[in-house]
Amino acid sequence: MNEELKTILLDTLKSTFGNDIVAVDAPYDFTTITVKKDKLVDIISHLYNHEKLQFQFLTDLTASHYPDDKEQLEVVYHLHSLVNNIRVRIKARLSIGTPEIATLTGVFAGANWMERETFDNLGVIFKGHPNLKRILNVDDMLIHPLRKEYPLEDQVRLDKNDTMFGR
Amino acid sequence: MSTIKTAESPNGIEGPGFFATSLDAAVGLARKNSLWPLPFATSCCGIEFMATMASTYDLGRFGAERLSFSPRQADLLMVMGTISKKMGPVLRQVYEQMAEPKWVLSMGACASTGGIFDTYSVLQGIDRIIPVDVYIPGCPPRPEQVLDGILKIQELVQSESIRRRDTPEYKAMLQEYGME
Ligand code: SF4
Repeated sequence: MNEELKTILLDTLKSTFGNDIVAVDAPYDFTTITVKKDKLVDIISHLYNHEKLQFQFLTDLTASHYPDDKEQLEVVYHLHSLVNNIRVRIKARLSIGTPEIATLTGVFAGANWMERETFDNLGVIFKGHPNLKRILNVDDMLIHPLRKEYPLEDQVRLDKNDTMFGR
Repeated sequence: MSTIKTAESPNGIEGPGFFATSLDAAVGLARKNSLWPLPFATSCCGIEFMATMASTYDLGRFGAERLSFSPRQADLLMVMGTISKKMGPVLRQVYEQMAEPKWVLSMGACASTGGIFDTYSVLQGIDRIIPVDVYIPGCPPRPEQVLDGILKIQELVQSESIRRRDTPEYKAMLQEYGME
Protein backbone atom coordinates (compact mmCIF):
# COMPACT_ATOMS: atom_id res chain seq x y z
CA MET A 1 0.00 0.00 0.00
CA ASN A 2 1.14 3.47 -0.75
CA GLU A 3 2.88 4.93 2.31
CA GLU A 4 0.90 8.13 2.40
CA LEU A 5 -2.45 6.37 2.48
CA LYS A 6 -1.16 3.87 4.96
CA THR A 7 -0.17 6.67 7.32
CA ILE A 8 -3.60 8.24 6.92
CA LEU A 9 -5.22 4.90 7.64
CA LEU A 10 -3.20 4.14 10.76
CA ASP A 11 -3.45 7.71 12.05
CA THR A 12 -7.19 7.91 11.74
CA LEU A 13 -7.62 4.51 13.39
CA LYS A 14 -5.25 5.36 16.23
CA SER A 15 -6.79 8.75 16.89
CA THR A 16 -10.40 7.53 16.78
CA PHE A 17 -10.13 3.98 18.13
CA GLY A 18 -6.76 3.98 19.88
CA ASN A 19 -7.55 1.37 22.51
CA ASP A 20 -9.52 -0.90 20.28
CA ILE A 21 -6.70 -1.69 17.88
CA VAL A 22 -5.05 -4.88 19.06
CA ALA A 23 -2.34 -5.29 16.45
CA VAL A 24 -1.14 -3.93 13.12
CA ASP A 25 0.80 -6.10 10.74
CA ALA A 26 1.56 -6.34 7.03
CA PRO A 27 2.17 -9.93 5.92
CA TYR A 28 3.00 -10.02 2.20
CA ASP A 29 2.53 -6.28 2.16
CA PHE A 30 -1.16 -6.60 2.96
CA THR A 31 -2.00 -4.27 5.83
CA THR A 32 -3.77 -6.28 8.48
CA ILE A 33 -5.39 -4.73 11.50
CA THR A 34 -6.64 -6.80 14.40
CA VAL A 35 -9.33 -5.05 16.39
CA LYS A 36 -11.57 -5.71 19.37
CA LYS A 37 -14.74 -7.40 18.30
CA ASP A 38 -17.08 -4.92 19.97
CA LYS A 39 -15.79 -2.05 17.87
CA LEU A 40 -15.52 -3.87 14.58
CA VAL A 41 -18.59 -2.45 12.89
CA ASP A 42 -17.77 1.06 14.07
CA ILE A 43 -14.27 0.78 12.67
CA ILE A 44 -15.43 -0.54 9.32
CA SER A 45 -18.09 2.13 8.95
CA HIS A 46 -15.50 4.72 9.89
CA LEU A 47 -13.26 3.50 7.08
CA TYR A 48 -16.27 3.40 4.76
CA ASN A 49 -17.19 7.01 5.47
CA HIS A 50 -13.64 8.36 5.70
CA GLU A 51 -13.32 11.27 3.30
CA LYS A 52 -9.98 10.21 1.83
CA LEU A 53 -9.88 6.44 2.28
CA GLN A 54 -13.39 5.37 1.21
CA PHE A 55 -13.19 1.64 1.85
CA GLN A 56 -16.56 1.05 0.21
CA PHE A 57 -16.22 -2.45 -1.19
CA LEU A 58 -16.32 -5.62 0.86
CA THR A 59 -14.22 -8.18 -1.00
CA ASP A 60 -14.55 -11.02 1.43
CA LEU A 61 -15.78 -11.98 4.82
CA THR A 62 -14.84 -15.27 6.38
CA ALA A 63 -13.41 -16.87 9.49
CA SER A 64 -10.80 -19.39 10.58
CA HIS A 65 -10.50 -21.72 13.49
CA TYR A 66 -7.27 -21.95 15.51
CA PRO A 67 -7.92 -24.72 18.02
CA ASP A 68 -4.71 -24.07 20.00
CA ASP A 69 -5.34 -20.40 20.70
CA LYS A 70 -7.21 -18.95 23.64
CA GLU A 71 -9.70 -17.14 21.45
CA GLN A 72 -10.15 -19.80 18.84
CA LEU A 73 -12.21 -18.14 16.14
CA GLU A 74 -10.94 -15.34 13.96
CA VAL A 75 -13.31 -13.40 11.74
CA VAL A 76 -11.64 -11.79 8.73
CA TYR A 77 -12.90 -8.88 6.61
CA HIS A 78 -11.25 -7.74 3.40
CA LEU A 79 -12.04 -4.18 2.40
CA HIS A 80 -11.18 -2.52 -0.86
CA SER A 81 -11.09 1.17 -1.60
CA LEU A 82 -11.94 1.36 -5.29
CA VAL A 83 -11.10 5.07 -5.45
CA ASN A 84 -7.56 4.63 -4.15
CA ASN A 85 -7.18 1.01 -5.23
CA ILE A 86 -5.90 -0.12 -1.86
CA ARG A 87 -6.95 -2.97 0.32
CA VAL A 88 -6.96 -3.66 4.02
CA ARG A 89 -7.67 -6.73 6.10
CA ILE A 90 -9.51 -6.39 9.39
CA LYS A 91 -9.55 -9.23 11.88
CA ALA A 92 -11.29 -9.86 15.16
CA ARG A 93 -10.96 -12.74 17.58
CA LEU A 94 -13.90 -14.50 19.22
CA SER A 95 -13.97 -17.13 21.91
CA ILE A 96 -15.47 -20.42 20.86
CA GLY A 97 -17.86 -20.42 23.81
CA THR A 98 -19.59 -17.22 22.69
CA PRO A 99 -18.81 -16.88 18.98
CA GLU A 100 -20.81 -13.69 18.59
CA ILE A 101 -20.08 -10.53 16.69
CA ALA A 102 -22.31 -7.77 15.34
CA THR A 103 -23.52 -8.07 11.78
CA LEU A 104 -22.00 -5.97 9.04
CA THR A 105 -25.16 -6.00 6.93
CA GLY A 106 -25.96 -2.45 8.08
CA VAL A 107 -22.83 -1.19 6.31
CA PHE A 108 -22.59 -3.63 3.40
CA ALA A 109 -25.76 -5.33 2.18
CA GLY A 110 -23.47 -7.82 0.43
CA ALA A 111 -22.30 -9.10 3.79
CA ASN A 112 -25.59 -10.95 4.12
CA TRP A 113 -24.71 -14.16 2.29
CA MET A 114 -21.07 -14.10 3.38
CA GLU A 115 -22.15 -13.99 7.00
CA ARG A 116 -24.55 -16.83 6.41
CA GLU A 117 -21.72 -18.84 4.86
CA THR A 118 -19.42 -18.10 7.78
CA PHE A 119 -22.18 -19.09 10.18
CA ASP A 120 -22.84 -22.25 8.22
CA ASN A 121 -19.25 -23.43 8.07
CA LEU A 122 -17.81 -22.11 11.32
CA GLY A 123 -20.75 -21.30 13.55
CA VAL A 124 -19.98 -17.61 14.01
CA ILE A 125 -23.17 -15.90 15.17
CA PHE A 126 -23.67 -12.51 13.59
CA LYS A 127 -25.95 -10.63 15.94
CA GLY A 128 -28.61 -8.60 14.17
CA HIS A 129 -28.34 -10.49 10.87
CA PRO A 130 -31.76 -10.46 9.16
CA ASN A 131 -31.77 -14.14 8.20
CA LEU A 132 -28.96 -16.11 9.81
CA LYS A 133 -29.47 -19.67 8.59
CA ARG A 134 -27.42 -22.20 6.64
CA ILE A 135 -26.72 -21.36 3.03
CA LEU A 136 -24.34 -23.96 1.54
CA ASN A 137 -24.73 -27.11 3.59
CA VAL A 138 -27.85 -29.20 4.01
CA ASP A 139 -30.29 -27.63 6.43
CA ASP A 140 -30.32 -30.58 8.80
CA MET A 141 -26.54 -30.70 9.27
CA LEU A 142 -25.74 -30.71 12.97
CA ILE A 143 -22.16 -29.45 12.89
CA HIS A 144 -20.21 -26.49 11.56
CA PRO A 145 -17.91 -28.55 9.36
CA LEU A 146 -14.90 -26.26 8.98
CA ARG A 147 -14.27 -26.20 12.71
CA LYS A 148 -11.28 -28.33 13.49
CA GLU A 149 -13.00 -30.49 16.07
CA TYR A 150 -14.98 -32.20 13.30
CA PRO A 151 -13.38 -34.71 10.94
CA LEU A 152 -13.22 -33.58 7.34
CA GLU A 153 -13.93 -37.02 5.94
CA ASP A 154 -17.44 -38.35 5.83
CA GLN A 155 -17.75 -41.04 8.46
CA VAL A 156 -19.97 -43.40 6.47
CA ARG A 157 -17.42 -44.73 3.97
CA LEU A 158 -16.94 -48.46 4.26
CA ASP A 159 -14.20 -48.83 1.68
CA LYS A 160 -11.52 -47.07 3.71
CA ASN A 161 -10.69 -49.88 6.02
CA ASP A 162 -7.45 -49.06 7.84
CA THR A 163 -6.40 -52.67 8.23
CA MET A 164 -6.43 -53.10 4.47
CA PHE A 165 -4.75 -49.88 3.42
CA GLY A 166 -2.34 -49.36 6.30
CA ARG A 167 -3.49 -45.82 6.91
CA MET B 1 -26.28 -56.09 -49.65
CA SER B 2 -27.41 -53.81 -46.92
CA THR B 3 -25.01 -53.39 -44.01
CA ILE B 4 -27.76 -52.23 -41.66
CA LYS B 5 -28.04 -54.54 -38.70
CA THR B 6 -31.42 -55.11 -37.19
CA ALA B 7 -32.01 -56.48 -33.71
CA GLU B 8 -32.16 -60.22 -33.49
CA SER B 9 -35.65 -61.53 -33.14
CA PRO B 10 -36.40 -63.43 -29.93
CA ASN B 11 -36.94 -67.16 -29.82
CA GLY B 12 -40.35 -68.13 -31.09
CA ILE B 13 -42.32 -70.21 -33.46
CA GLU B 14 -42.28 -69.12 -37.04
CA GLY B 15 -44.38 -70.19 -39.96
CA PRO B 16 -45.66 -68.75 -43.20
CA GLY B 17 -47.23 -65.38 -42.32
CA PHE B 18 -46.94 -65.60 -38.54
CA PHE B 19 -44.44 -65.43 -35.71
CA ALA B 20 -45.31 -66.30 -32.17
CA THR B 21 -43.23 -65.43 -29.11
CA SER B 22 -43.85 -64.50 -25.51
CA LEU B 23 -45.03 -61.00 -24.67
CA ASP B 24 -42.06 -60.58 -22.32
CA ALA B 25 -39.61 -61.18 -25.14
CA ALA B 26 -41.35 -58.83 -27.56
CA VAL B 27 -41.70 -56.04 -25.00
CA GLY B 28 -38.13 -56.56 -23.79
CA LEU B 29 -36.83 -56.25 -27.32
CA ALA B 30 -38.74 -53.05 -27.92
CA ARG B 31 -37.77 -51.48 -24.60
CA LYS B 32 -34.14 -52.43 -24.94
CA ASN B 33 -33.70 -50.64 -28.23
CA SER B 34 -35.65 -47.51 -27.42
CA LEU B 35 -34.32 -46.33 -24.08
CA TRP B 36 -34.91 -42.68 -23.28
CA PRO B 37 -32.12 -41.70 -20.92
CA LEU B 38 -32.39 -38.79 -18.56
CA PRO B 39 -28.88 -37.37 -18.11
CA PHE B 40 -28.34 -36.14 -14.57
CA ALA B 41 -24.88 -34.74 -15.17
CA THR B 42 -23.28 -32.62 -12.48
CA SER B 43 -19.55 -32.47 -13.13
CA CYS B 44 -16.57 -33.84 -15.06
CA CYS B 45 -18.26 -37.18 -15.79
CA GLY B 46 -21.00 -35.21 -17.51
CA ILE B 47 -18.42 -33.89 -19.95
CA GLU B 48 -17.40 -37.44 -20.77
CA PHE B 49 -21.04 -38.24 -21.32
CA MET B 50 -21.24 -35.43 -23.87
CA ALA B 51 -18.44 -37.14 -25.77
CA THR B 52 -20.43 -40.36 -25.58
CA MET B 53 -23.42 -38.67 -27.15
CA ALA B 54 -21.42 -36.94 -29.88
CA SER B 55 -20.59 -38.34 -33.28
CA THR B 56 -17.45 -40.37 -32.52
CA TYR B 57 -19.07 -42.65 -29.97
CA ASP B 58 -22.72 -41.89 -30.72
CA LEU B 59 -25.02 -43.39 -28.17
CA GLY B 60 -27.75 -43.06 -30.80
CA ARG B 61 -26.48 -46.26 -32.39
CA PHE B 62 -27.94 -48.16 -29.46
CA GLY B 63 -31.41 -46.74 -29.71
CA ALA B 64 -30.84 -44.08 -27.10
CA GLU B 65 -30.71 -41.13 -29.45
CA ARG B 66 -33.40 -39.17 -27.77
CA LEU B 67 -32.43 -37.79 -24.36
CA SER B 68 -35.34 -37.01 -22.17
CA PHE B 69 -35.01 -33.95 -20.03
CA SER B 70 -38.29 -34.64 -18.34
CA PRO B 71 -38.17 -37.47 -15.80
CA ARG B 72 -41.77 -38.37 -16.59
CA GLN B 73 -40.85 -39.56 -20.06
CA ALA B 74 -37.51 -41.17 -19.24
CA ASP B 75 -36.84 -44.80 -18.47
CA LEU B 76 -33.12 -44.67 -17.74
CA LEU B 77 -31.68 -42.30 -15.18
CA MET B 78 -27.99 -41.71 -15.87
CA VAL B 79 -26.33 -40.15 -12.83
CA MET B 80 -22.95 -38.76 -13.81
CA GLY B 81 -20.81 -36.75 -11.46
CA THR B 82 -20.42 -35.65 -7.89
CA ILE B 83 -23.70 -35.52 -6.03
CA SER B 84 -23.54 -33.24 -3.02
CA LYS B 85 -25.69 -33.99 -0.03
CA LYS B 86 -27.76 -30.96 -0.83
CA MET B 87 -28.43 -32.35 -4.31
CA GLY B 88 -29.53 -35.69 -2.82
CA PRO B 89 -33.22 -34.84 -2.32
CA VAL B 90 -33.38 -33.39 -5.84
CA LEU B 91 -31.98 -36.58 -7.35
CA ARG B 92 -34.40 -38.62 -5.35
CA GLN B 93 -37.33 -36.54 -6.48
CA VAL B 94 -36.26 -36.92 -10.09
CA TYR B 95 -36.12 -40.69 -9.60
CA GLU B 96 -39.52 -40.75 -7.98
CA GLN B 97 -41.05 -38.79 -10.83
CA MET B 98 -39.97 -41.36 -13.39
CA ALA B 99 -42.63 -43.87 -14.39
CA GLU B 100 -42.04 -47.60 -13.98
CA PRO B 101 -40.28 -49.45 -15.42
CA LYS B 102 -37.13 -47.45 -14.76
CA TRP B 103 -33.44 -48.19 -14.54
CA VAL B 104 -30.53 -46.31 -13.00
CA LEU B 105 -26.97 -46.10 -14.24
CA SER B 106 -24.33 -44.68 -11.92
CA MET B 107 -21.36 -43.36 -13.86
CA GLY B 108 -17.99 -42.72 -12.27
CA ALA B 109 -16.41 -43.03 -8.86
CA CYS B 110 -18.25 -40.01 -7.47
CA ALA B 111 -21.78 -41.11 -8.24
CA SER B 112 -21.00 -44.67 -7.18
CA THR B 113 -19.09 -44.08 -3.93
CA GLY B 114 -18.32 -40.41 -3.44
CA GLY B 115 -14.98 -40.93 -5.17
CA ILE B 116 -12.18 -38.63 -4.16
CA PHE B 117 -14.66 -36.35 -2.43
CA ASP B 118 -14.67 -38.10 0.89
CA THR B 119 -15.93 -35.08 2.72
CA TYR B 120 -18.80 -33.76 4.78
CA SER B 121 -20.64 -32.16 1.87
CA VAL B 122 -20.71 -35.00 -0.68
CA LEU B 123 -23.09 -37.92 -0.82
CA GLN B 124 -21.01 -41.09 -0.52
CA GLY B 125 -22.68 -42.98 -3.35
CA ILE B 126 -26.12 -42.42 -4.84
CA ASP B 127 -27.17 -45.92 -3.82
CA ARG B 128 -27.67 -44.44 -0.37
CA ILE B 129 -30.79 -42.73 -1.65
CA ILE B 130 -31.93 -44.51 -4.84
CA PRO B 131 -31.50 -48.07 -6.14
CA VAL B 132 -28.85 -48.49 -8.85
CA ASP B 133 -28.80 -51.13 -11.60
CA VAL B 134 -25.38 -50.68 -13.18
CA TYR B 135 -22.23 -49.00 -11.87
CA ILE B 136 -19.50 -47.76 -14.19
CA PRO B 137 -16.12 -47.46 -12.46
CA GLY B 138 -13.55 -44.86 -13.44
CA CYS B 139 -12.68 -41.25 -12.83
CA PRO B 140 -13.93 -40.42 -15.38
CA PRO B 141 -14.88 -43.59 -17.25
CA ARG B 142 -14.07 -43.51 -20.95
CA PRO B 143 -16.96 -43.28 -23.42
CA GLU B 144 -16.39 -46.93 -24.29
CA GLN B 145 -17.11 -47.80 -20.70
CA VAL B 146 -20.28 -45.75 -20.77
CA LEU B 147 -21.39 -47.60 -23.88
CA ASP B 148 -20.56 -50.85 -22.12
CA GLY B 149 -22.66 -49.73 -19.17
CA ILE B 150 -25.56 -48.95 -21.50
CA LEU B 151 -25.22 -52.39 -23.08
CA LYS B 152 -25.35 -53.92 -19.60
CA ILE B 153 -28.50 -51.93 -18.91
CA GLN B 154 -29.92 -53.15 -22.21
CA GLU B 155 -29.31 -56.75 -21.16
CA LEU B 156 -31.22 -56.10 -17.96
CA VAL B 157 -34.01 -54.38 -19.82
CA GLN B 158 -34.36 -57.16 -22.35
CA SER B 159 -34.38 -59.98 -19.85
CA GLU B 160 -36.64 -58.33 -17.34
CA SER B 161 -40.00 -60.00 -16.91
CA ILE B 162 -42.90 -57.60 -17.29
CA ARG B 163 -44.13 -58.63 -13.89
CA ARG B 164 -40.87 -57.95 -12.06
CA ARG B 165 -42.05 -54.58 -10.75
CA ASP B 166 -45.04 -56.24 -9.11
CA THR B 167 -43.00 -58.78 -7.19
CA PRO B 168 -42.69 -58.64 -3.39
CA GLU B 169 -38.88 -58.53 -3.75
CA TYR B 170 -39.06 -55.37 -5.81
CA LYS B 171 -41.50 -53.76 -3.40
CA ALA B 172 -39.30 -54.72 -0.46
CA MET B 173 -36.31 -53.19 -2.19
CA LEU B 174 -38.15 -49.92 -2.75
CA GLN B 175 -39.30 -49.97 0.84
CA GLU B 176 -35.68 -50.17 1.96
CA TYR B 177 -35.26 -46.81 0.28
CA GLY B 178 -38.43 -45.50 1.89
CA MET B 179 -40.39 -45.40 -1.37
CA GLU B 180 -43.65 -47.23 -1.96
S1 SF4 C 1 -15.72 -39.69 -10.93
FE1 SF4 C 1 -13.98 -38.36 -11.44
S2 SF4 C 1 -14.49 -37.55 -13.47
FE2 SF4 C 1 -16.38 -38.35 -12.57
S3 SF4 C 1 -17.37 -36.63 -11.56
FE3 SF4 C 1 -16.11 -37.67 -10.05
S4 SF4 C 1 -14.15 -36.58 -10.08
FE4 SF4 C 1 -15.25 -36.07 -11.98
